[in-house]
Amino acid sequence: MKLFGSRITFVAAIGVLIVLACAGGAVFAPWIAPYDPNLPMGGRWDPPSPEHWLGLDQIGRDMFSRILYGGRISIGLALLATSLAFVVGIIAGFAGAVFGGWIDIALSRIADIILSIPILMSALIIISGFGTSTTVLVLTIGFLYAVLVFRVARAVAMNIAVLDYVEVARLRGEGLMWVILREILPNALPPLAAEFGLRFCFAFLFVAALSFLGLGVQPPEADWGSMVKESALAIPAGIAAPLYPAAAIALMTIGVNLVVDWLLSIYSRPQGENA
Amino acid sequence: MAQAKPKAEGQILDVRNLRIEAVTETGTRVTLVDDVSFDLNAGEVLGLIGESGAGKSTIGLSTLVYARTGCQITGGQILFHGRDLRGLNIKGRQSLRGVKVAYIAQSAAAAFNPAHTIFDQVSEVALQHGIMNRAQVRMDAIRLFRELELPNPDVFGGRYPHQVSGGQLQRAMAAMAMIAKPDLLVFDEPTTALDVTTQVEVLASFKKLIREHRTAALYITHDLAVVAQIADRIMVLRRGKMVEHGDATQILQRPEMDYTRMLVAERVAAEQSKFVEGHAEGDRPILEVKNAVAAYRGSIKVIDDVSINLRRGDTLAIVGESGSGKSTLARVIVGLLPREKGDILFDGTSLKPRLQDRSKDQLRRIQMIYQMPDVALNPRQTLLDVIGRPVQFYFGKGRAEVRARVEELLRQIDLPPEYITRRPHELSGGQKQRVCIARALAAQPDIIICDEVTSALDPLVAEEILRLLRRVQDETGVAFLFITHDLGTVRRIANKVAVMLKGKLVANGPTQQVFNPPFHPYTELLLSSVPEIRPDWLDEVLRRRRKAG
Repeated sequence: MKLFGSRITFVAAIGVLIVLACAGGAVFAPWIAPYDPNLPMGGRWDPPSPEHWLGLDQIGRDMFSRILYGGRISIGLALLATSLAFVVGIIAGFAGAVFGGWIDIALSRIADIILSIPILMSALIIISGFGTSTTVLVLTIGFLYAVLVFRVARAVAMNIAVLDYVEVARLRGEGLMWVILREILPNALPPLAAEFGLRFCFAFLFVAALSFLGLGVQPPEADWGSMVKESALAIPAGIAAPLYPAAAIALMTIGVNLVVDWLLSIYSRPQGENA
Repeated sequence: MAQAKPKAEGQILDVRNLRIEAVTETGTRVTLVDDVSFDLNAGEVLGLIGESGAGKSTIGLSTLVYARTGCQITGGQILFHGRDLRGLNIKGRQSLRGVKVAYIAQSAAAAFNPAHTIFDQVSEVALQHGIMNRAQVRMDAIRLFRELELPNPDVFGGRYPHQVSGGQLQRAMAAMAMIAKPDLLVFDEPTTALDVTTQVEVLASFKKLIREHRTAALYITHDLAVVAQIADRIMVLRRGKMVEHGDATQILQRPEMDYTRMLVAERVAAEQSKFVEGHAEGDRPILEVKNAVAAYRGSIKVIDDVSINLRRGDTLAIVGESGSGKSTLARVIVGLLPREKGDILFDGTSLKPRLQDRSKDQLRRIQMIYQMPDVALNPRQTLLDVIGRPVQFYFGKGRAEVRARVEELLRQIDLPPEYITRRPHELSGGQKQRVCIARALAAQPDIIICDEVTSALDPLVAEEILRLLRRVQDETGVAFLFITHDLGTVRRIANKVAVMLKGKLVANGPTQQVFNPPFHPYTELLLSSVPEIRPDWLDEVLRRRRKAG
């Protein structure tokens, strides 16, 4: 099987399957989920049974259905935030690399200032200031991650911008958009795609972390992070309920990472061996 | 053929039916070295010659029982003093490498650690293996520095790699290799990265070193004239297989195989070809550079008061060593590096210093071809995109017309029109360079600046590229500005030549005039430094220089 013009490895295939399963579960949740995720139907933390595969949560809602619906929020928010981070980060990074000069210096110093404060701290400050709506959540994570993406995109573009074929385009009199979109971007895609996967994982964990702290998704809506938080009290009681959403977080992260590793391995291979 | 050699007794190395394979990620095996056998006695030098990919370096490294990542020695024997090296364990290999067999690489700059002094690095092997104590190593190193004619041998070792010149560092690497008194030296293109004038000195000191220490040596190079100076025997390799193996004089004077004959003939032609006659049209220059001065960030002048002119149909070669400013001159002409003083007239009108201020038509009429076709072509674009873009960009042609024009250009550079959908990695090095030529031609330029366009190519491929360029010039009347360090190339393509030294022009005029007496002293030094295929060339040059100096 081939993907991105390269033969896919066994491990990468497992990663793709995990990601597809998680994403599929989230997308098709209304059809797959056996019960209404917000309807209490039994006792507090009832153990798994043939009717409720993963048991019930702290107010008796079906855990399996809630995980499927929670995935929609977790994955959806992370995807939105990462996409935003990439659009902003790539434009700024490429502009810095291609223009150079004061534009590059200004952008890089701004990035340094933002990154001098731990990202979680910045996020907490912004969210406490603007409130805990999902829009604020996505914008906050997207904006903060854009700074990290900026650095990667700038470095990748810098390496490509000095190559002779880019010089040929400049000598020909091509405009900036042509140079960025046609000469640099196609060659920057493999490392940026890998970075996208990695950033997505972090955004995903970040949403989970904020929700766990109570600053992310608010009840009755629930993502995987807030589900862990809500069930956290079950741990001292020896009940496995919080482990299921936590396992979902781990599984998704591992799956994406497997795919990313493979993307990076094809990128680091010299051209021409991709066939 | 060769005279009888001392058998067994003086024999250092005996390689039998060596086979080295690479395994790709998809599991296919590629044979890099196929059934190669040779032996080597003390004091004897075997030259390994061939194109890139012929397996020369792979064979050289195998004598250290080393194969690059992904490669494996899969067959044959490497007998060193009668013992098969392939049977050695890690420890055995460690005590072999650098001690019994030493390797001298192409780039000394990459082989030295910039954070340690030269002496520390030269002495490392001997100290690590406890062969000598520090005082002994010191004396030996100084003696080697003296033998290699390095300046101030007593204190030379105290310097750091960046404080000495490229040629000196290359010789320091030879000292590093010799410190443990190895029985076998492997030279892997040790002078290829050096300027010609430096190459002569380095070559001479290597030769002396081998002769005085009676070390056996493998000398790997792509240049027949270099190997002629140093090797007793020559083995010609092609695609991992031995083509011919024999006495140096026999290979050079009476080659038996067609491939060897072609290689020799190409090299001889480079030396003996007549000067090219100009077929310039009209008297008015298409390009006039007047007293140009340029510097990077306002510091030292990289080109200083340079004036040249070029007519339609001219080929002007700019020659000089690395750092002489020849590529900078090209950057100034195209506007990548704005000039600080002087003027550049193109077809009678002054060109703006900055690329961004020039008109689209002016940009179209000056095109450029680069040294490394690999990085001059966008790996994600097909040949249709690569060659078609200038057609579309400058002439505003529609899709069908662009395609027809690209097919026509492919024919012009002798590539089949079906290649239009290929991407650069599906082409050989020579084909890639042809595509770069086609891209330049697509703009229908008046001038093409060729920056070392043949240096990265194998000699036979380079010859084809030169032939193509000459034909293109006959057909279109385009003028070439040909930047090169290879004087053989100049002879074959340029009717005019400009010699640069440290940013200044030292000679400028018709090739025949510049390359014949009375010379400028630097031109003479350059010309006399180009290796010739006669085996006694090096000794002759050294004798002449000693007499003069």
